[in-house]
Amino acid sequence: MKILVCISNVPDTTTRVKFTDDNKLDTTGIQWVINPWDELSLTRALELKDANPGVIESVTVAHVGPVSSEPTIRKALAIGADTAIRVNAEMHDAYFVAAQLAEVVKADNFDLIMCGIESSDFNGSTVGGMMAEFLQYPSVSAVSGINIENGDLSITREIDGGKELLSVPLPLVAIVQKGIAREPRIAAMRGIMMARSKPIKLVEPVEEEALTEIASYEMPAKKEACRFIDSDKPGELVDILQNVEKVI
Amino acid sequence: MSVLVYTENWDGKFKKLSYELVSYASAIAGMLNTTVSVLSIGDVDAAELESLGRYGASRILSVKNENLKSLDSQAYAAVIGDIAIKTDASVIILSNNNTGKAVAPRLSVKLKAGVGAGVSGLPSSLDPFTVYKRVYSGNAYANVVINTGIKILTLAQNSFEIVETGNKAEVEDFPYDLNQDLVKTLVRDVQKQTGKLLLTDAEIVVSGGRGMKSADNWAPLVELADLLGGATACSRPVSDEGWRPHEEHTGQTGKIIAPDLYIAVGISGATQHIAGVSASKCIVAINNDKDAPVFDVAKYGIVGDAMKVLPGLIEAVKNAKKD
Repeated sequence: MKILVCISNVPDTTTRVKFTDDNKLDTTGIQWVINPWDELSLTRALELKDANPGVIESVTVAHVGPVSSEPTIRKALAIGADTAIRVNAEMHDAYFVAAQLAEVVKADNFDLIMCGIESSDFNGSTVGGMMAEFLQYPSVSAVSGINIENGDLSITREIDGGKELLSVPLPLVAIVQKGIAREPRIAAMRGIMMARSKPIKLVEPVEEEALTEIASYEMPAKKEACRFIDSDKPGELVDILQNVEKVI
Repeated sequence: MSVLVYTENWDGKFKKLSYELVSYASAIAGMLNTTVSVLSIGDVDAAELESLGRYGASRILSVKNENLKSLDSQAYAAVIGDIAIKTDASVIILSNNNTGKAVAPRLSVKLKAGVGAGVSGLPSSLDPFTVYKRVYSGNAYANVVINTGIKILTLAQNSFEIVETGNKAEVEDFPYDLNQDLVKTLVRDVQKQTGKLLLTDAEIVVSGGRGMKSADNWAPLVELADLLGGATACSRPVSDEGWRPHEEHTGQTGKIIAPDLYIAVGISGATQHIAGVSASKCIVAINNDKDAPVFDVAKYGIVGDAMKVLPGLIEAVKNAKKD
């Protein structure tokens, strides 16, 4: 089984995002990281490979982005991915990115494609499902567990109030969420050294439109300062919640 | 041209979020001078289907098929896509819940329709079709233009008020010829807790963090949640420690919720946690540390020891209930 893990490059969550006058993200001082969901996704792929060496042949990461994304791709290699593919293009929108990644899948016939359910920049939750439709592969979303039993894949999907255990034929797109791995794997010194000689294959994008665009960004309205209530006057809080906020 | 809503059902019943979707669709249909069709897939009875009319639906299409009992994203996208074409839908609305997240992207590629994912309000403009959504985990908002003839919008839960229009709508049993080869998801086992209020459905949430110090201290939080008719939640360290079940973890990589009231007890307010709750209508924080970052996002706060504040708060709620 060949696994492809799709990763996106995002600002670290604690970044105070700012925008330039021409409606682009102000990148000064930003720490770039692997999208947290993709990091968990990659971790699980590597755990599966470590636990099932005969079954999983390789774990490849794929990314659509400019050359400035390469440090993040190297991090993925340092964590343990075997190879990496970068589609040399800007991420115009999810549809465009999904079309590129679908071509990457087709070029190398991956069996299991793993995508994080959301990216912390655009919070779109769309790339994985779009890829699957381009490929006409089955997809399962809200995947909180992937296991291999007797050489076969077993998928756990979160549903309202519980979970389902599923079997789905390969090739498959698994769109993964929290629970897929306990903690993101950290790159060890050896991994970092080895990553330097692992290849990042460069691929040119195929022609595809973007269906959406961001016209402008806005900062959230400035929050009112917190109104403090005396710790020995809880009745005051209850009164406010009931009669002013009307939430209880 | 019409607006199509897809709503799922839960054991044959709709939920508040279903009515939010129809109300939202109805408002958009008003802007476009058109009507709302609702598609339901599953075993839902006539009375339940008719209830959708009250929120502005003029056509209610019910597809019942044994092979669609559980979600297969590819098959569902095919059904919804076909119905969208049959109803000449120019806008398709789904929830931004797990089902919507699974199906909307597939529908997007099938129909070559741009997606506004996780929108929380009506389009600010019809031409260009522009929607407003949170980005950077709630640290900013984006005005997204959808440039395609058909637009798909997934609506964030609890972000649109239900409006009853008093319509009556015809329920049409829609026979659908499903290509069974599309259904590839086989469910081998289901584990479900019935009867418990889902965190994502709760309008009031009482949540505990590491400041609660131990799993043994949770009783007052549970009591407060029960008194208020809400659900309990927790921060990531709490679920990692095993003090509370994983399902209760709210935060960036846990559940993202938007209740009317979120009470954060002993939670410092780390960015990743706030990303999961920032869309809540009213945030109340109880924390020993007056400088805790949670007070930057809370509307109301009490500085104090949770174990001393909670009993007083519980009493105050009980008293308020008596009146």
